[in-house]
Amino acid sequence: MWQRDGGQLFKKNFFFSFCVKRAVLRCLFVHFLLHSSYQLFVINPSFLCFRPALLREQHYQYLKKGLRHLSDAYECLDASRPWLCFWILHSLELLEEPIPTAVASDVCQFLARCQSPTGGFAGGPGQHAHLAPTYAAVNALCIIGTEEAYNVINREKLLDFLWSVKQPDGSFVMHVGGEVDVRSAYCAASVASLTNILTPKLFEDTTNWILSCQNWEGGLSGVPGLEAHGGYTFCGTAALVILGKEHMLDLKALLRWVVSRQMRFEGGFQGRCNKLVDGCYSFWQAGLLPLLHRALFKEGESELSRQRWMFEQQALQEYILLCCQNPAGGLLDKPGKSRDFYHTCYCLSGLSIAQHFGNMDLHHEMILGKEENRLVRSLSPLLLGSWRIIRMYFLVPVLENEKKN
Amino acid sequence: MFFFYTVVLPPVLLDSTVNVKHLFIVLIGCILKVQPPKPLAKDRKEWADLEPVPQDDGPNPVVKIAYSEKFSDVYDYFRALLKNDERSDRAFALTAEAIELNAANYTVWHYRRVLLQALSKDLREEMRYITAIIEEQPKNYQVWHHRRMVVEWLNDPSEELEFIADILSQDAKNYHAWQHRQWVIQEYKLWDNELKFVENLLEDDVRNNSAWNQRHFVISHTTGFSDPAIVEREIQYCLSQIRKAPHNESAWNYLKGMLQDRGLSSPPGLLERVLELKETHCSPYLLAFLFDCYEDALENSNQKENVGEEERKDILRKALEICDLLANEKDTIRKEYWLFLGRSLENKSGSRGPSDKPPEPSDPASGQQEMS
Repeated sequence: MWQRDGGQLFKKNFFFSFCVKRAVLRCLFVHFLLHSSYQLFVINPSFLCFRPALLREQHYQYLKKGLRHLSDAYECLDASRPWLCFWILHSLELLEEPIPTAVASDVCQFLARCQSPTGGFAGGPGQHAHLAPTYAAVNALCIIGTEEAYNVINREKLLDFLWSVKQPDGSFVMHVGGEVDVRSAYCAASVASLTNILTPKLFEDTTNWILSCQNWEGGLSGVPGLEAHGGYTFCGTAALVILGKEHMLDLKALLRWVVSRQMRFEGGFQGRCNKLVDGCYSFWQAGLLPLLHRALFKEGESELSRQRWMFEQQALQEYILLCCQNPAGGLLDKPGKSRDFYHTCYCLSGLSIAQHFGNMDLHHEMILGKEENRLVRSLSPLLLGSWRIIRMYFLVPVLENEKKN
Repeated sequence: MFFFYTVVLPPVLLDSTVNVKHLFIVLIGCILKVQPPKPLAKDRKEWADLEPVPQDDGPNPVVKIAYSEKFSDVYDYFRALLKNDERSDRAFALTAEAIELNAANYTVWHYRRVLLQALSKDLREEMRYITAIIEEQPKNYQVWHHRRMVVEWLNDPSEELEFIADILSQDAKNYHAWQHRQWVIQEYKLWDNELKFVENLLEDDVRNNSAWNQRHFVISHTTGFSDPAIVEREIQYCLSQIRKAPHNESAWNYLKGMLQDRGLSSPPGLLERVLELKETHCSPYLLAFLFDCYEDALENSNQKENVGEEERKDILRKALEICDLLANEKDTIRKEYWLFLGRSLENKSGSRGPSDKPPEPSDPASGQQEMS
């Protein structure tokens, strides 16, 4: 029903008959209306007292277990195991849960087995390299941040891999013989900048290709011509930020598009216009606002707020805490959906963004509910603050061989 | 069937409450469920010569998946084939088993494509195969990419538009389907009937943003948006859809998106038409559009000489009024944004509105704040 429903009129008529406080309204609207369920009241008593709680302990246990063992339901992610490492490690990082040294070392050794002899990382040992698990592996290793972790990455081969997927028009395929879309540019830019192998030549024409993905709606699409979409918009914009070219976007149009993606009733974000809310867009969409804030500031915009992002931070926190938590641990898309590590990662990332405004010099917090709900300020996956620290490990320049020039 | 006759049937027959209908249901159930499952590769003669390669997860695995016996079996043999780069029919058949277990394994798909070419497999047959897989798993990247490759090899897009239409009939917003559709249309120049297709979809659901996007795609690649007659036709189309469904953001976004390069104030009479709609079909989107018109008028008035200072002030006042209305009443979820836009416009235009001092950039709360 979630996927097929296009009309909003039915939902709105039903909605107006409720006359309750907004926070309750939010979850009622989403949960009761479509699932006729009272589970949330029964299982999550914090829901009633308007000091919503982040179920830290439950999430921690869910993550801790998943980092070691996953049921056969995860067979469908057998080609994305570095992603599982990244989603879980990033979630633990946000929750400020330390990663035991032995586990960290085991992750390093596993990711080393996922590294392809021809460069880049694959979805699992013995598979072919692919930009998405490459991104996940490199970022996971940066979260671990030990010398062992950084030493896993074969930078020379990684550069070879990036060249092997680069296309003449500036785009990148996700893997040799694979598909093109804007995620690839972000994955490539992210790993190249983190490991200090980024050269202008590698990203020649990539800027223009990404810019051609900005469409009539103001957001970005996966490839030029398609509908603007939160995931792709984040990837394209973040890639341009890394390349220092974000000012070339129509920032005003992008800003209008992304703020319009916050749902006025649910408080969370939708991925595309006229589609449904989903917890993961708490990151992909809301995460654009810090990027745009910084970009507009750099362009000389003087009227930017010094206290808030340009989205309703409280409403997003309400949506995540009241509607996206599984009482047994883990976070999810919307009530009625099952938990998974992808949604756990991005709901928590979005929660962090909604709680913290600012940059290195300026910081304002807005924590909804209990004090303990506070998460670490999300630095990865852009790792803006930690960049300098990470790049210290990758000081040796990687020389490009003649073939590429 | 042996199982049915010796284990299931006797207790069923002894139960006097059971009737023939029950028996029939049980029989069908047994036939469907109790078929002996396909034996594992390791137990099949045809694989006897090949040594399976277990996955190398290392001594202390992380994110270890509890694979079923079937899964491990198939992939152990797949790894063996990959290691030897075996190009055979049994390898080809195994890729189908591997895909069924995990259709997102791009390494398997890649290998299947290598085999398709190396063994000169029947690509029409492959089209039938990929059609069935996509119907089962339409939200997977690999299956659509594979289909694209086969279509390219065959150089035959003749089934595509109908196939994609079928997938869209089940999920009218499937991103992969639209991506494939745009590729086919552009590659093989199949523009002719697409606008009609889009209009039919919008008849079914005027809020289908993917269809609005496709509309923009078709027109920008065919007639373009420079011809005033086309622009007028599209404006009429938008406004008529808006009258039917005033709170449809897609229609308003399309209207703005189409006009923004040339300027929202460029089509004659548009502002007036929108102001008329405001009385009966108002929405936050209409108000935002009005704001954009005023902002555009202000920007253009910098170039034009005939717009007097009074008129500029009036346009600015109206624009700021809308910002306030949206921020405080009609679109409060975007309050921070509308306040920013108002401040930004005021700052750019140089002068303040006659009535009030500039609004504060949000509550002067500093440091931590606990929200209840």
